Amino acid sequence: MTTESLPEHPDWLWRNPDPRPSYDVVIVGAGGHGLATAYYLAKNHGITNVAVLEKGWLAGGNMARNTTIIRSNYLWDESAAIYEHALKLWERLPEELDYDFLFSQRGVLNLAHTLQDVREGMRRVSANRLNGVDAEWLEPDEVAKVCPILNVSSRTRYPVLGGTFQPRAGIAKHDHVAWALARRADEMGVDLIQGCEVTGFLKDGDRVVGVETNRGRILAGRVGLAAAGHSSVLAERAGVRLPVQSHPLQALVSELHEPVHPTVVMSNHVHVYVSQAHKGELVMGAGVDSYNGYGQRGSFHVIEQQMAAAVELFPVFARAHVLRTWGGIVDVTPDASPIIGTTPVENLYVNCGWGTGGFKATPAAGWTFAHTIATGEPHPLNAPFALERFTTGALIDEHGAAAVAH
Amino acid sequence: MLLITCPWCGPRDETEYHYGGQAHVPYPENPADLTDEQWAEYVFYRDNPKGPFAERWMHSTGCRRWFNVLRDTASYEVLAAYRLDEPRPGGTR
Ligand SMILES: Cc1cc2nc3c(=O)[nH]c(=O)nc-3n(C[C@H](O)[C@H](O)[C@H](O)COP(=O)(O)OP(=O)(O)OC[C@H]3O[C@@H](n4cnc5c(N)ncnc54)[C@H](O)[C@@H]3O)c2cc1C
Ligand SMILES: [Zn+2]
Repeated sequence: MTTESLPEHPDWLWRNPDPRPSYDVVIVGAGGHGLATAYYLAKNHGITNVAVLEKGWLAGGNMARNTTIIRSNYLWDESAAIYEHALKLWERLPEELDYDFLFSQRGVLNLAHTLQDVREGMRRVSANRLNGVDAEWLEPDEVAKVCPILNVSSRTRYPVLGGTFQPRAGIAKHDHVAWALARRADEMGVDLIQGCEVTGFLKDGDRVVGVETNRGRILAGRVGLAAAGHSSVLAERAGVRLPVQSHPLQALVSELHEPVHPTVVMSNHVHVYVSQAHKGELVMGAGVDSYNGYGQRGSFHVIEQQMAAAVELFPVFARAHVLRTWGGIVDVTPDASPIIGTTPVENLYVNCGWGTGGFKATPAAGWTFAHTIATGEPHPLNAPFALERFTTGALIDEHGAAAVAH
Repeated sequence: MLLITCPWCGPRDETEYHYGGQAHVPYPENPADLTDEQWAEYVFYRDNPKGPFAERWMHSTGCRRWFNVLRDTASYEVLAAYRLDEPRPGGTR
């Protein structure tokens, strides 16, 4: 486990300009996705007359709240392609951005606790390999070798029957990822504007020509929405209905511990995810709250269940103290896959529906969304993720397939 | 944790219930006449307001009956709980 010290706090990483009256492109939402989109608009397409508008502070939404698991072991071809593109970008971004955000390829283990889990896992390993994604099936004794603190005894309520392992998967320091992208985008001329809430849209017939904000009107050639949990609330103001539902998702961390947990462990069946942050906290996530909500807090019984699961899997954690819990708001689509593409309103583009798993996609979401905004057409990687799929029925149904149970 | 009042059993913790999504979504009257867009709307599109929302809950560990709840999705305040044959309080939907 790496114990390097963290990069310095970055007050100086970007300017804080006032909004100008007009831009070629306005991106709504300075989460990881909005920032990556601005970065690739500038880098890949030479479009630098861009503003990223953020109602709160830069990367203070889900970007600041997620458990930072990065992997590409999705079942369906379309998903494997976009998440693997993201993973390849992650592998070169620290050098490209000249910023060590502690991307740590410590591997992700997805545990199997039932015969059906075993079959699903083996099927996914085969599918991953066919798609050039690294994946292995591990028997319980091999699972124990990868993560010695895991309880793989057969005498537990839901014994570990094996697991899938993606060695190239891992975690990264999320805030620093955002700051790294923000610094480069800013350097290339992008205006990152915090405390600027988009409250409505300026339209000319069926075409969007700008946005209304709490800091005045801003004209825009094209507008890209990257507002995560608030996508549907925002899109509705532009007259676009999105098939997403917003749910609270929470996470928690323990106090600091010595390095004990060498990988990332996910279990759908008992429903907990655990990794150890670089500083030493155990970082744990679980399922979404079943109901819709925007309250940025999660239900207590979810914590209770995830703790019970964690302690059974990792008896060594029984005396660890919870330090902090928090929640974010995630937008979930009917097929648990994102929507990236055009909308019925001309010049309005949407990137949403990443639900509980969009951090890992950050670079690919930015790459493909920038392409779509720059050219008006989807990139081959995001073409299958268009809004139209809910009408054509060409769903990418990752519920229960994506190695995650919510 | 939410405290939800089952119309038959009274106030109980959220953990006794199962969530059923948006309420008052009628099955299409003439299904054979629907376009693909209308089917998509019926199957996949639901409201997602930040504010009052009429939704279905089932008292799964109690009387096992479905009912409707009007709840504010921003404050989480439960504004009303009512039977399926009752209209949404203060409105038509
Ligand atoms: C607890 C938790 C754990 C998670 N764990 C993982 C994980 O391990 N791995 C993984 O891959 N994903 C994970 N996710 C999901 C991931 O965080 C999201 O899918 C991803 O962050 C979404 O993209 P984003 O970063 O741009 O969103 P955000 O960071 O939420 O960015 C959206 C931004 O838009 C802003 N905004 C909204 N409305 C407006 C408006 N009207 N005007 C201006 N700005 C606006 C918001 O303030 C926000 O900053 C997790 C999420 C949560 C909540
Ligand atoms: Zn009841």
